Amino acid sequence: MAATDGLPEQNREDIYRHMWNFFHRLGSPVYFYRWAGKAIPWCWGVTALLLLSGLYLGLVVAPTDYQQGDSYRIIFIHVPSAWMSMFIYVVIAVCGFITLVWRMKMADVMARASAPIGAMFTFTALVTGSLWGKPMWGTWWIWDARLTSELVLLFLYLGYMALLSAIEDRKMAARAGAILALVGVINIPIIHYSVDWWNTLHQGSTVTKFSKPSIDISMLIPLLLMALAFQLYYFSAVMMRARSTLLIQERRAHWVRELPEVNAP
Amino acid sequence: MRAKRKRRLILSGLLLVGIGTAVTLTLLALNKNINLFYTPTQVEAGEAPVNQSIRVGGLVEKGSVSRDKKGLTVRFKVTDTARTVAIEYTGILPDLFREGQGIVAQGRLNERGVFIADTVLAKHDENYMPPEVADALQTAKAMRVTK
Amino acid sequence: MSEFFRMGGYAFYVWTSYGVVALVMTIEVIHNVLQQRREIRNLKRQLAHLKAAGSNGEHPHESKT
Repeated sequence: MAATDGLPEQNREDIYRHMWNFFHRLGSPVYFYRWAGKAIPWCWGVTALLLLSGLYLGLVVAPTDYQQGDSYRIIFIHVPSAWMSMFIYVVIAVCGFITLVWRMKMADVMARASAPIGAMFTFTALVTGSLWGKPMWGTWWIWDARLTSELVLLFLYLGYMALLSAIEDRKMAARAGAILALVGVINIPIIHYSVDWWNTLHQGSTVTKFSKPSIDISMLIPLLLMALAFQLYYFSAVMMRARSTLLIQERRAHWVRELPEVNAP
Repeated sequence: MRAKRKRRLILSGLLLVGIGTAVTLTLLALNKNINLFYTPTQVEAGEAPVNQSIRVGGLVEKGSVSRDKKGLTVRFKVTDTARTVAIEYTGILPDLFREGQGIVAQGRLNERGVFIADTVLAKHDENYMPPEVADALQTAKAMRVTK
Repeated sequence: MSEFFRMGGYAFYVWTSYGVVALVMTIEVIHNVLQQRREIRNLKRQLAHLKAAGSNGEHPHESKT
């Protein structure tokens, strides 16, 4: 926004129109397939850079914690995993909403492609949390509101994927999946606020709260770098999955049959 | 076509609102059961059942920890700053167990109001910092108190 | 260096966590690469079939976006 403030009205409108056109065209499978093909290598490059710097700062540079010693270093993968598990579910729900209302093909493709990645991050959030809980809390698992609602999220992902693969008709599957995703999205605020609404063994939020994050800057920077790395990882992986999904769903379309990689010897 | 799309938009919106209300109501109804532990205030008020497996949580009261000469039995008090509950536990305590630390103990409340724990879990806070910073904070706090 | 790998006595928990995450994230990438290759291969085979059957009036219908 701020960057366009100084421009004359006409230019600003041009920029908005271009942005809108870009998003609009990403909604078309042909354009998305081609654009993602070019974007994926770049996305992986940035992911790798962020991962390396985050790991270096988190594992080597960041000091030990005053209470938890070195065990706290699990935070650099646990928290980004948990954030992604929730973010991706919201993406699926938004795609579901678009599917129900506007019947956009790409929304369904993105939702389908996102689900396994979201399930993966939910799984890693649970496993790393368990490996952190054992030395610090004294237990691998406890049925408190935070842990239970995150486990429910894993089942939502698995249920969503099972539903999509169980319904033969693609459009029917998209609609059923969209409804399940929208029903399940209520779990997201529950996960986030569970530590405030009920008493739990899991501690409260460190970064995502209204006051200043209660984490030293030397630990916050690697945490945010890793969070960004996981975000970029998701973008790269979901574009790859979406491209493969498009090849399956659109196998009868002209544009797929005319792709250079399909016609190469 | 336009009307159809609008109807779908309204239906999807209603679906969301409906589910939201249903879940909120359910959670409100279940509210108490979702809590992991009883606080010392609740125990004092007689809200916690006697001789049933329950959890009690709070901070380990400063200077209340006493260890058995022989064996692994530990006696301490947990507080929510208003009330306290006495806890007796035999076994290995988690690394983070210390005075002032938040803990959650699982066990039974006996007739004398003493909580006999069979597991003690440590609850840590959401603050992360290097030891030097923690020390500096401690000193700053102490100086403010003495002034 | 060995201090680094000891992780203050929490080596098992820290390195298992990082190991699990690295493993699943790598599997996901490899899976995606292989899946894309498989789909391209399938399409090539399909196209070859069509060309073989060709000339006798098969016309693939275009899908709408």
